[in-house]
Amino acid sequence: MEALSHLTQEALVNRSTPRPARHVALAAVSALVLSLGLAACGGDADSDSDGGSADGPVEITIATFNEFGYEDLITEWNAANPDIQVTQKKVGTWDDAKENLYTKLAAGSGLSDIEAIEGDAMPAMLAESDAFVDLTDPELDGRWLDFKAAAATNADGQMIGYGTDAGPEGICYRSDLFKKAGLPTDRDEVAALMGTWDDYFATGEEFVSKVPGTAWYDSTGGTAQAMLNQVENPFEQSDNTVDVENPELEAVYATLTSNVEKGLSTQLTQWSDDWTASFQKDGFATMACPGWMLGVVSGNADGVEGWDFANVFPGGGGNWGGSFLVVPKQSEHPDEAKEFAAWITAPEQQVKAFQAIGAFPSQVEALQTPEVLDMTNEFFNNAPVGQILSDRAAAITVQPYKGPKYSDILQAFQAALVRVDDGSNTPEESWETFLSDVEQL
Amino acid sequence: MPHDVEVKTGDAAQAASPGSSSPDPHDVRLSARRTSGPRSAWRQRLSRWDVRFSPYVYISPFFILFLIVGMFPLVYTAVVSVYDWSLIGGKGEFVGLQNYRDVIENPYFLKSAVNTISIFLLSSVPQILMSLALAGLLDTALRGATIWRMGVLLPFVVAPVAVGIIFGSLFGDRYGLINEALGWVGLPSVAWHTDRLASHLAIATMVNWRWTGYNALILLAAMQSVPRDLYDAAAIDGANRFRQFTSITVPSIKPTVVFVVITSTIGGLQIFAEPRMFDSTLAQNGGSDRQFSTMTMLIYDFGWHLRDLGRASATAWLLFLLIIVIALGNYVLSRRFGTLTKARRRR
Repeated sequence: MEALSHLTQEALVNRSTPRPARHVALAAVSALVLSLGLAACGGDADSDSDGGSADGPVEITIATFNEFGYEDLITEWNAANPDIQVTQKKVGTWDDAKENLYTKLAAGSGLSDIEAIEGDAMPAMLAESDAFVDLTDPELDGRWLDFKAAAATNADGQMIGYGTDAGPEGICYRSDLFKKAGLPTDRDEVAALMGTWDDYFATGEEFVSKVPGTAWYDSTGGTAQAMLNQVENPFEQSDNTVDVENPELEAVYATLTSNVEKGLSTQLTQWSDDWTASFQKDGFATMACPGWMLGVVSGNADGVEGWDFANVFPGGGGNWGGSFLVVPKQSEHPDEAKEFAAWITAPEQQVKAFQAIGAFPSQVEALQTPEVLDMTNEFFNNAPVGQILSDRAAAITVQPYKGPKYSDILQAFQAALVRVDDGSNTPEESWETFLSDVEQL
Repeated sequence: MPHDVEVKTGDAAQAASPGSSSPDPHDVRLSARRTSGPRSAWRQRLSRWDVRFSPYVYISPFFILFLIVGMFPLVYTAVVSVYDWSLIGGKGEFVGLQNYRDVIENPYFLKSAVNTISIFLLSSVPQILMSLALAGLLDTALRGATIWRMGVLLPFVVAPVAVGIIFGSLFGDRYGLINEALGWVGLPSVAWHTDRLASHLAIATMVNWRWTGYNALILLAAMQSVPRDLYDAAAIDGANRFRQFTSITVPSIKPTVVFVVITSTIGGLQIFAEPRMFDSTLAQNGGSDRQFSTMTMLIYDFGWHLRDLGRASATAWLLFLLIIVIALGNYVLSRRFGTLTKARRRR
């Protein structure tokens, strides 16, 4: 999963610019020390994972980001399991969660008993397998879609994480803006317009020529994610050698940067305040929508009418995101944490999470249930989102290879696109910076 | 205590020095030895030790605490900086000064250093001038003085992160309030997050908003201790209010100005929360092209994004050295400025 907007913050933000002190010299010295301490200290260590004395209930925490749809499920578990009481800790975005995760992994304490991990970062977690509890359980064989299970399994065959949702993508679009541009508004007719990326962008050029001031897609970054998820080896070869100067990646980069000149992109950074605001300002007409994005759109575009969801994805299908739950070895109650993680990622529970926020289940059984298949979404003009996402999941042919550096390189690649979007670099300059950034990793 | 007596009669400075503080120590020692046995001598010695060492014991908690939370990280950071040291994996090979070389050769180092100094100048200089002016105004006979003085401190109460979020939104490139306001009066919008100087101005605005009132109160406290008869004398000599301010007020509060200058130097060079919160997403680190990445953000970038504590520590030490150099420079400058005004006054 990705993120909503960057609001609440953790450890790092507590460090402000210090000023007052008693005496000049002491002020100088102690403040200098603070500056050094910044590098040496490991962030706040909140240890609310204790409890569980011999007779009291075991208290465990689960840390999630964005929306997982777990609130009601946790209430349900707590009512049924007086011995294991679960509390949820939520942060705004995966970026927040990632910083917190690495800081506390380094500190060796302070993590929740269960941590949610964004799918693209899972390979990096597998590389740190020592820090996490082996969750392998023969009883759970076959619970998840093959690619989901494989993404959570390390080279030694240990399953480190339990899959939550998957991210099959469709296209969210504004039928009112389509109408304004003289384009068809019906879901199926829209789908016919964007079978390939070339078609999708060509329709976009037609659209922006008719509706000046509104872009075709929400962000270059989001579209890049969608395109990269159809590339077999976007950043790394299958032996984990970094290889970013490959023709597929260069083609994606060239296409997206040239789209900027054509006015197809909002030129906004995905997940920024301006990006969030653009949902309310007719900023764009379409966007790549994994299941979990539906909740983001309806939240950001609250009150905007005309959103719909088309059963199509340029280039076939693609999986964007979908998360995992891991249990850090720091946890004082790994067994209870594992038990709860297994329960909440079971098909029955993930179906309820889908109903709550639209996160499409990654569990084989859940995909067949009428609760998923018959689900419609009122905000998206009552689109049959369950059926559409199932079709989109079936259309996925490529699972990109994601090595341990995938998440970091992706971040650098997104930054490279933003530099072109905001005009601070030419595409060539930005590509050079990207190469040097990747070298630093 | 026996030495209280002497304080009353003797020179205060003499009384303060531990050796001379007992009343005629020679006499007492003699009489003690004469009248009673070793017990009393022991007591005498204790009493002398008390006088000599107590002050140090009383102030020692600060220094012991400082050694633990201050010196230790400082030294430890120096140790980490000469190793290949991963955030997760911990200590690796000894690499000598390689981390320092890597940091200095990193293209973002120079950029961050320049940004830091630029943001520091854009914030500290106007901030101290504004604080002085504000303190000067608050020092006049105002109705409801306390309310005004409390008022200037209000921005300081707001957490820097909250300031960052609010200002980040105000300074939005596309839909921010400031750009919309510029549009109303027909001015072109400013790319606050993309243009390097504009981003520095925006961040300096946050810093100034937060710290001007705080510094003004410190300066005001100093101003209130300036003897009022100096002003009366100056007024008789025909100096107007502005002349009184520059020739009497400012030179009289010089030590406090130096204090404010040095603390704001340190704070300014360590700036982190404001630029960090100014970023449009946390995945960035001081703008898409490091337009407003500062030195502390670079430390954070090395340590927590690249997960390389070795380079992070090396950067921390380089920042430490930079702060020392600039703080010393400021100190010299502030002193020079003091002596200049004094010289002018003598003339």
